[in-house]
Amino acid sequence: MMTIPDVVTQAPLASWQLWDSALDSGWAIDNFWAHLALFAVGIIGFVLMVVMGFIWYERRLISVMQLRIGPNRAGPFGLLQPVADAIKVMLKEDIVPTVADKWVHFLAPIVVFVPVLLMFAVIPIHEGVGLIPDLNIGILFIVAVGSIETVAVFMAGYGSNNKYALVGAMRSVAQMVSYEMPMAFAVIAVVMVAGTLSMQGIVQAQSIPFALLLPMAFIFYFTCALAELQRTPFDLLEAESEIIAGYHIEYSGMKFATFYLGEYGGAIAQCAIITTLFLGGWKGPILPPVLWFMIKLFTMFGVIVWIRAAWPRVRIDQLMGFAWKYMLPLSLINLLVVAIEVIILDGDAIRWWLVPVNFAITIGLMTAWAGMFKIGGGSESA
Amino acid sequence: MLNLPGIGLMQGLGVVFKNMTRKRITEQYPEERLNVSRRTRAQELVWEPGRCTGCATCVKACPQGNIKIKTSVGENNKYVVDQFENDEGRCIFCGLCVESCPYEALFFGRSYERSKYKREELIADIDEMTAADKERSAYYRPDLYDELPEQTLLIYRKHKRIL
Repeated sequence: MMTIPDVVTQAPLASWQLWDSALDSGWAIDNFWAHLALFAVGIIGFVLMVVMGFIWYERRLISVMQLRIGPNRAGPFGLLQPVADAIKVMLKEDIVPTVADKWVHFLAPIVVFVPVLLMFAVIPIHEGVGLIPDLNIGILFIVAVGSIETVAVFMAGYGSNNKYALVGAMRSVAQMVSYEMPMAFAVIAVVMVAGTLSMQGIVQAQSIPFALLLPMAFIFYFTCALAELQRTPFDLLEAESEIIAGYHIEYSGMKFATFYLGEYGGAIAQCAIITTLFLGGWKGPILPPVLWFMIKLFTMFGVIVWIRAAWPRVRIDQLMGFAWKYMLPLSLINLLVVAIEVIILDGDAIRWWLVPVNFAITIGLMTAWAGMFKIGGGSESA
Repeated sequence: MLNLPGIGLMQGLGVVFKNMTRKRITEQYPEERLNVSRRTRAQELVWEPGRCTGCATCVKACPQGNIKIKTSVGENNKYVVDQFENDEGRCIFCGLCVESCPYEALFFGRSYERSKYKREELIADIDEMTAADKERSAYYRPDLYDELPEQTLLIYRKHKRIL
């Protein structure tokens, strides 16, 4: 039996608490269409705003790391730089190659961006706040929808009728398909411990963040997210410092902007999923939950930018070898370890004891496995 | 150091993290400028009419045939320089004219923003070469060296952060 909180007798509430009590009293949930409209518009607005924020944040952060300043002319601290970029790219001519498959070429950027928006439908930014925060197959939905992006990438490469775009797209698809598998296994480890597929349920199950309890799943999910997003160190197919673009070589103007939007939107989505699965979602002391969610989101993206500033990119053989020879077997072993732990040692009290044990297992397994073979050694002598 | 996999990557992350605490090394160009070398061979010539005798040694020294000088005989049977021009569009800034001047009447300037829209505008005449705001470089003129501001290098610059 749910009790409706007595708002009147309580002390003045923070805005998020008012929001909370409004939801509890059935203000937004009762009316299906109002709920749908509110969150559909909200999600699109959120994604567009945070994409702009992320672009600014990445450029400023990486320039601090490279002893530069970064964009600082448009607006205070260069905050309007993404707006200026957006206006510029929208005003550019939209060029479609004469031999391109027009419809596939036209649809590819849309098919990149829509799954990103769909992913946000099941991500709860606060308990019960989201389009469908408590969808009972939430994480499965995300994995399924995330796979659509692979199709879009191939559509872009095929529709451009450009051999470089096609080769780039095929390699991108190979990369994304390879890394989807260890990613799914990392997710399964989380689901086994949480006992639910619902994103909200997973957050509620985290009495300690799963990043501590399941370090190997966390590391693998993060690595796979980098590969899915095609960011450093797995950005060899669109390496901006070496080759031109990969599959979106024939795109310009608004369509290229949509690809860019999809790329950064995907970054937000992956950061949000990592936050939800491994970092305890909205949970946190003192600050309001939505703020905690955003802090974790931006921290995760900061780590991605940090990696971009520090690490070199891998070769294509190293990329595939790392996915199939290293991460796939290790994630299966990890699954086995987690399954045993869930069956034998379940219970909140024992979870804290599992943290050091799991860290030791992770480091031991990764070290042992890395010593067993070399990825793409090549020949040193002629 | 332990030979764990990924230690090198972690060290890389550490180096980048340390960089975040360091000061920036870039310049905000139009607002902030570095001082060029005191002996710079920059993109202009500065002429001192009082010392010039119109001997045209600089004209003979110029490998480009770039300097144009026209003189007439004035009072006391001395040369008066009527026209003195250097086409900066064709000048290679080798400095032979400055080095060859027997009376130290010709200097390098220190300015480096000398682009123009038309070629004709690049021809520097007497008025331009004797303009009051010209800074003289100490190239081949060591007397000037101590008066000029010290060269600033990017790495040694004192920073005031512009955000």
